[in-house]
Amino acid sequence: MNEKKIHKNKWQTTIFLLIIIFITYLSTAITDFNFIDSIATIPAAIGWMFTNLMVTQESMAKMPAIMEKLGETIFMSIAATTLAAVVSLFLALLGSKTTKVNNIFSMLARFIASFSRNIPVVAWSLILLISFGQNSVTGFLALFVATLGFLTRAFIESIDEANQSSVEALTATGATYFHIVSKAVIPQSLPQMLSWILFMIETNIRSATLVGILTGTGIGYMFDLYYKSMNYNVVALITFTIVIAVIVIELISNKIRKVIL
Amino acid sequence: METSQAMNQALMKRKRNGQINIKSGNKIDSAVKWTIWVLTVLTVISFFFFDYTGLQLERAITETAHNLRVMFLEPGLSHFGWGEAFYQVGITLGLGVLATVFGAIIALFLSLMAAENLSKPWLSKTIRIIVAFIRAVPTVLWVLIFAIAAGLGSEAAVLGMLFHSVAYLVKAFSEAIEEVNPGIIEALRATGSSWWHIVVHGVLPSTFTYLLSWTFLRFEINFSVAVAMGAAAGAGGIGFELFMASGFYFDLREVGFITYAILIIAIVLEVISTRLKNRYFPSSVKA
Repeated sequence: MNEKKIHKNKWQTTIFLLIIIFITYLSTAITDFNFIDSIATIPAAIGWMFTNLMVTQESMAKMPAIMEKLGETIFMSIAATTLAAVVSLFLALLGSKTTKVNNIFSMLARFIASFSRNIPVVAWSLILLISFGQNSVTGFLALFVATLGFLTRAFIESIDEANQSSVEALTATGATYFHIVSKAVIPQSLPQMLSWILFMIETNIRSATLVGILTGTGIGYMFDLYYKSMNYNVVALITFTIVIAVIVIELISNKIRKVIL
Repeated sequence: METSQAMNQALMKRKRNGQINIKSGNKIDSAVKWTIWVLTVLTVISFFFFDYTGLQLERAITETAHNLRVMFLEPGLSHFGWGEAFYQVGITLGLGVLATVFGAIIALFLSLMAAENLSKPWLSKTIRIIVAFIRAVPTVLWVLIFAIAAGLGSEAAVLGMLFHSVAYLVKAFSEAIEEVNPGIIEALRATGSSWWHIVVHGVLPSTFTYLLSWTFLRFEINFSVAVAMGAAAGAGGIGFELFMASGFYFDLREVGFITYAILIIAIVLEVISTRLKNRYFPSSVKA
């Protein structure tokens, strides 16, 4: 690297930083964000958390109800992820370059995936809430649609990344499409796909809380209820149970990932 | 003769009827199989745990189909104009930008302390545990908790999103920093350079583009989080309008318009981040 290039790089970095600062400034202006105020609230907020977010004996009495709702939320996200994975597998097979049937289906599969992925889960849950009402099915469907889009993209990537030689070898022996898919494509990309499914279950438990607040189901609804009635001890308990559930699931899936990848 | 027979027996497992078992059970296959079985069983069980109050499936499906048709084929605005729509989208983008920029700056410092090759083991462990805890709490809950102390508004939303962004980016950044060629660090250490010298001249130049790409990926996530915060935590922006349009006015055309607006921005962000990913992450990277 000669002197001139270093100079040019320095200029580029400076301009880049200036642009970022400008965009940040613009954002503070449009959102009415007060930097000083917000820094000042951090210690206050943390102090508040330590004094108010305490689990007391009384709130422990709510534990069975919380566990039931938490169970519902976990089951909801696992069911949504698994079923979405099955559908995504078909969409991914249609969409991937290696296994596509024809270009029209491939385009269609990619379009469905992009459409369902890029509309946030909030929008899906609000749309579904209108006619499905306040129950688990609404949350399940919202998670299902959002997961479908994400997993299809991930699966397409894992199929495309898989080694082509076994596909070629099977094609040469005159194997049918289904043989190629079931004996060459799926066995190779299955561990990768499972890893994505596990990742999505973790993410969905967190999103399920959000969906729950919006659609009035599961642990999110319970949080919202006690949050609005300002019973912060129960709020703390609910938060801790969610944290423990998420961390346990993360640990389990890390263990599985270590074995299969 | 006998030895070869013994070897045969050791190598080939036979089924009870004498057939040679061609699938040798290895650990990976059985783990994959078990995971799939467990997930399938859990999925089936979960449908018995669902709460089906007030669900009329047939009516709901036909109604949703009708709603989706109205939303996506006849989008329109009735409660606010185009200018207001752009302004609200701007607010949501702004919330995302603020959380991402501040998050990246804080995460950079924390990740230097969390990276095992630059820091002491106890420090890196402590930060990792705290970060794992913060990441496990859903972002909405952070925002709602901050809303009590800071009041509803952009401050609470940005702070809540910031917490989660920092936790996410610290994990990504510290993993990237740990992959820095140890030779570079060793060479700088041998010359007697200080910790700051190592960071500024050794670590940052070789990871900078990587860190930037991660930051942009986080921005993509933060945009959809900002939409969610508007709807669930009253943080304003397009998410709040979406919540009002669907929950209070029942105006499907407006819901459709807002959904299109979100969709367009999300697709633009996705295209940019896919390009960044293909350029800077040659192998697969978890989002």
